[in-house]
Parts: sequence; structure tokens; C-alpha cells
Amino acid sequence: MDAPLIDGLTADPPPASAAAWLGEAREAALAALRRDGLPDAREEAWKYTSLRALGQRRLLRGDAGAATRPIDPHLLGDAVPAGPRMVFVNGRFRSELSHLPDIDGLHLVPLDAALADAAEMVRAGLGRHYEARAEAFARLNTATAADGVVLRVADGARIAAPVELVWIGAPAEADLAWNARMLVELGAGAALTLIERHAAAAPHAHLGNLVGQFTLGAGARLDLLQLQDAAAGSSLIRRSEARLAADAVLTLHTLEAGAQLLRHDLVVELAGDRSRLVSRGVFALRGRQHADTHLDVRHVARDTACDLVWRGVADARARGVFHGAITIAPGADGSDAMLSNKNLLLSAQAEIDTQPVLEIHADEVKAAHGATVGQLDEHALFYLRSRGLQAEAARSLLTQAFCAAVFADVGSAPLREQVMARLAAALPAEAA
Amino acid sequence: MLKIENLHVRVAGKEIIKGLDLAVNAGEVHAVMGPNGAGKSTLGNVLAGREGYEVTEGTVTFDGVDLLALEPEARAAAGVFLAFQYPVEIPGVNNTYFLRAALNAQRKQRGEDELDSMQFLKRVREKLAVLHLKDELLHRAVNEGFSGGEKKRNEIFQMALLEPKLAILDETDSGLDIDALKMVAHGVNAMRDAGRAFVVITHYQRLLDYIVPDFVHVLADGRIVESGDKSLALKLEEHGYAWVADRKLAGAA
Repeated sequence: MDAPLIDGLTADPPPASAAAWLGEAREAALAALRRDGLPDAREEAWKYTSLRALGQRRLLRGDAGAATRPIDPHLLGDAVPAGPRMVFVNGRFRSELSHLPDIDGLHLVPLDAALADAAEMVRAGLGRHYEARAEAFARLNTATAADGVVLRVADGARIAAPVELVWIGAPAEADLAWNARMLVELGAGAALTLIERHAAAAPHAHLGNLVGQFTLGAGARLDLLQLQDAAAGSSLIRRSEARLAADAVLTLHTLEAGAQLLRHDLVVELAGDRSRLVSRGVFALRGRQHADTHLDVRHVARDTACDLVWRGVADARARGVFHGAITIAPGADGSDAMLSNKNLLLSAQAEIDTQPVLEIHADEVKAAHGATVGQLDEHALFYLRSRGLQAEAARSLLTQAFCAAVFADVGSAPLREQVMARLAAALPAEAA
Repeated sequence: MLKIENLHVRVAGKEIIKGLDLAVNAGEVHAVMGPNGAGKSTLGNVLAGREGYEVTEGTVTFDGVDLLALEPEARAAAGVFLAFQYPVEIPGVNNTYFLRAALNAQRKQRGEDELDSMQFLKRVREKLAVLHLKDELLHRAVNEGFSGGEKKRNEIFQMALLEPKLAILDETDSGLDIDALKMVAHGVNAMRDAGRAFVVITHYQRLLDYIVPDFVHVLADGRIVESGDKSLALKLEEHGYAWVADRKLAGAA
């Protein structure tokens, strides 16, 4: 496919790197990307999300002015954050907007600083090969990501304060593409709450491409909250990869509200015995938004568990895609897998495609999945209206209720309130 | 207050109500009795404004206003309340939140001030006390996981809280044990006053031992075929609905 996007973004050589391994990894990713280009609809993983329009765009590579773009402090949330906060504008770290107190057991630095010391985890993350053509954006990320986060929690360290990573898109002289990487590693027995937020300073049509790699040591616990509220006209491609050692628990809450084109791949490997993934998510789409969520959960060890509950809401002419794949590998006996995806269409022009895929190659496995696409229950609507609620308010209340249960178990009350408030804002509001 | 004249209603293409007349004045309690399939629940649903009920002929006015022209929420705000035969479970919507939203939506439509949460809770506590209800049901989702009796009690609680001018009870007694039945009756009786009216739709006379009606109407095949005072209910209990049908035939002959 003729792809000005890729040609433009790969025209320059990759960023210079001190380490030879990094240079090689970037060159290899670049070569694969130039060879294969972007995936098209023949690629199963991209069947419902066309990259044709995006592929034709010409975008600047990165934002040369990212360091000086004015950012309204309100975007950052509380003036004094509850914990460390790193802020990125168009993919570049902004230290003066960030807050990095010293916390025992927590190592949190921007990627470019970490590249210099070339820690093993950085190498394992950035050095990873992406074999499949479908992983074009991960290749692009490896080839060009110049900034990002390196976060490490020492063995046994339980970090009480939540760590916040804020990704802000800000308008620039022209639409641009940014690539960034999050490398997160929790040592054995470590615990962390991490918030990944996406926000817009003002309308723009950038392309953001963020890869997160999360490694959980034995018995580690990571609570990850993803609040995606990117600019309405922007494109955002995210890949969250996680690998869990024995007895590790990853609890993920995801709210997808923003962006014009969103793709989120969640790839989790339950690599250690008794490791467990809990994923709760909502996509709430309006206008002509297109959001594609791909879950790929692999049970490769014994007695591993995943519990996946996602809700989708599409209004107007929005389009939602949900693909939930669970693979239970040979030998992963005693695995327990549960996937539920329910979707709500609020308009006749909206569309949601959902596809649960379960592949089992092990014994004594418990697995259940269900997916539905429907409309608001007319009986419930009439019941609410018969008590005096206006039709729009009744619709809004039912839609909220449909989604809210997904976030009922967010660990901390202030975070839960934050998510609920964001959810309320993302759903069609009652007529004033 | 409520005036129904020559009402004809179709459901899914089939005529269910076939020329019904009924006048209810403030302060009155009317019982509408009848066999299954007579159109009792259709009457309740059509008054509350449920979709799928097509009025082909006749009029319904409420305090002089064309009730059929109003949306369901506007009927509620005007003071019409339907206690559902099958209350709907709504997971994820908290009962208290829902009730406050409903009450305030009605008040707003009527141009009254909305109640803040303190005022609202005060009112809730008063009503709970009158009905001898535990406040536990307030913390649950609307009707979710409620037993049949709890759902009906919740309907009566909503009625008490919303203080409608006209309450229509659609087989609220069905499936209730005697204690729940008494509680429902107590809830209704506590609200009886000169400004309020009730239409109690029921299959059995039993409820009318506790809610003593001013008028009893027998609904059969889509129209009211017999009206009288409370003694009519006792006759029905004694002779069965076949007796009414026989009398109707005799009258027509």
C-alpha cells in the first residue's frame, strides 16, 4: 500500500543512540516497517479498522516545539498531585510540569535519561522484535520513540502514592506524529498504582503512538488506570503489553472516551503460575469516533486466571470494535478465564462489532465468555419515565448504570470518583 | 378528576378495551375487578402512557387536560402514578438516587423548587416510618434482586414519596402474603384524603377487605359491565365472574 504516512515518518534515519543494541533494534524495526508498510483489512487484526485514511496523511515527525507549548494547569488535575506525576506534551517530557519527589523503592525517570545507563529492562523492552505485519505501529514506535518513561519498583516496595503519567496533545504549527514508550517493572512482591491519562490542550489532529511494557515480578501487584480523553480529532494507537510472573496480579481499569481513531491492543501473558489479570473497561463513543479494542490474553502457566469485563456504548455514527482473545496454552492446566462484553447502541447509525475468541489447549480449564449488542431496555425506560424522569434523563441514567458497574471496584475512592466523573462526561448527557 | 369516555384501545392490532367509561372524583377509591384478559392491566398502562397501546377512539381527561396527549413523565408530573404489576429491575441505578431524581424531575416540571438531599432524606424517613419499611431497600439498585413482595412494597413506597393525585394500583395484591397485603393496604389508607383518588385494579376481593372502596366496577371483555358499591365485590366473590356474564346476557336479551 502506498503510504505517505510511513514514508514521511521513516524518511530520516532513526534517532542516534549511544548503545549499539538500540541502534540495531531501531534499524531492524525500520526495515520491517518499510518492507511491510501498514496492515490492511486482509490482516485479521485490522479487519474492522481501516488505516487507509491515516496512511495517506503527511505528518511531522515529532514536535520540535513540544518543550514550550503552553499548558493550562487545570489539565493536569489537582495542583498538588497525590503522588509523583510525569507530564508529556506531544510525546516529550516536560520536567517543569512534572512532580518527581524521592520515594524509597521507586525509580522514575524519562526514557532519554534511562537510555544512557542502558539498564537491562530498557534493553528487554525497547529491544523487543515485532514479528507480525499487524504490529506496524509497535515497529514504528521501536524505530522512532525518543522519549517516554522508565519506572521501576524495587523488590518488596509498596508504593502508597499513585504515580501519574499524563499524555497531553497540544496543537502545533502542523499535525504531527509522536511516539513514546513506557517501560514499567515491578520487582518481586512490589505494589504500585499507576494512572495513565490522555488529555487534549486544545483541538488538534495529531497521531499519538504509545507502547507500554509492564513486567510484574513474582507476587507483584499493579493497579493500572487508563483514562483516555484525547482530542476529538486525533488518532491514538496504544499497545499495553504485560508479562506476569508467579502470583502476580494486574488489575486494569480502562476508560476510552476521546480520539477520533483509537486502537488499543492489550496483550497480557500470564507467564507464572497463579498469576491473574483483571481487566475492566468501557468505551463510550460519540459523533464519528472509531474505537478498536483488542484484548489478547495468553495463559501459559498453571492455575492462571483472567477476568475481563468490558462495556461499549456507541451513539450517533460512532463505531466500536471489541476483540477479546483468550488463549490457554498446552500445560496451562487449571486456568480460569472469563470474558464478558456487553454493548449498547444509542442510535440506529451506530455500530459495534464484538468478537470473543477462546482457544483452549489445556486440561481442567474453566472458561466462559459472552458478548451482546443491544439497545436500552424499553421496559426500564418506561418505568423511569412513569416516575417523572424526562426521556433523555432516563436514557442517560440507564446508560450510566450500564457502564458504572465496571468501575465499582476501582481500589481507591478518590480515583473511583475521578473515573465516574469522566465516565459521566463521556456519555450522552441528559438534555439541559 | 379522571374522566374516561368511550375508550377503545388496541394492543398489537387486537382490540382489548372496547368502549370503556369511568369517572373518578377526588377523594374516591374505585376498584376495578374482572377476569383475566378483561383489559384491566391495559387500562393501567394506557393511563400511564406505555408505548404500544393504541387508542382508536374515546377520550381521557385528567383535571380537564387531555391525558393521552401527554408524555409519560408529564403524566407523572401532573399527578398520575401507576404501581406496576411487574416492577422492572434496573441494575446499577440506586433506589434512593432514582427516587430523588424522579421527585425532583416532577417538581421541576411543575415549576416547584427541587429538594436538596437533606430535605429529601427527611421526607424518605417520614414515609419509611409510616410504612414500617426498613431503609435497607434504599441502598440497593432499583428492584434488583427484590422478592415479589419487596417489589410491590417498593411501588407503594414510591407512591408515598411522590404523593400523586391519582394512584393506579395494577394488581398490586398479586403474589402477596397476608402481611405484605396489609402493609400495602396500610400504605394506601394512610394516603387517602379528600384531594386524592385511587383506582385499585385487582382480580380478587381479598385486598378490598383492607382497602375499602367507594365504588366497584366489573370489567369484562373491554368494558365496564357492572358498577356498584363495595357489596358488589362480595357478590362477585360469592358467585364468580360467570355470574356477571350471565347477568349481562340476561340484560341484553
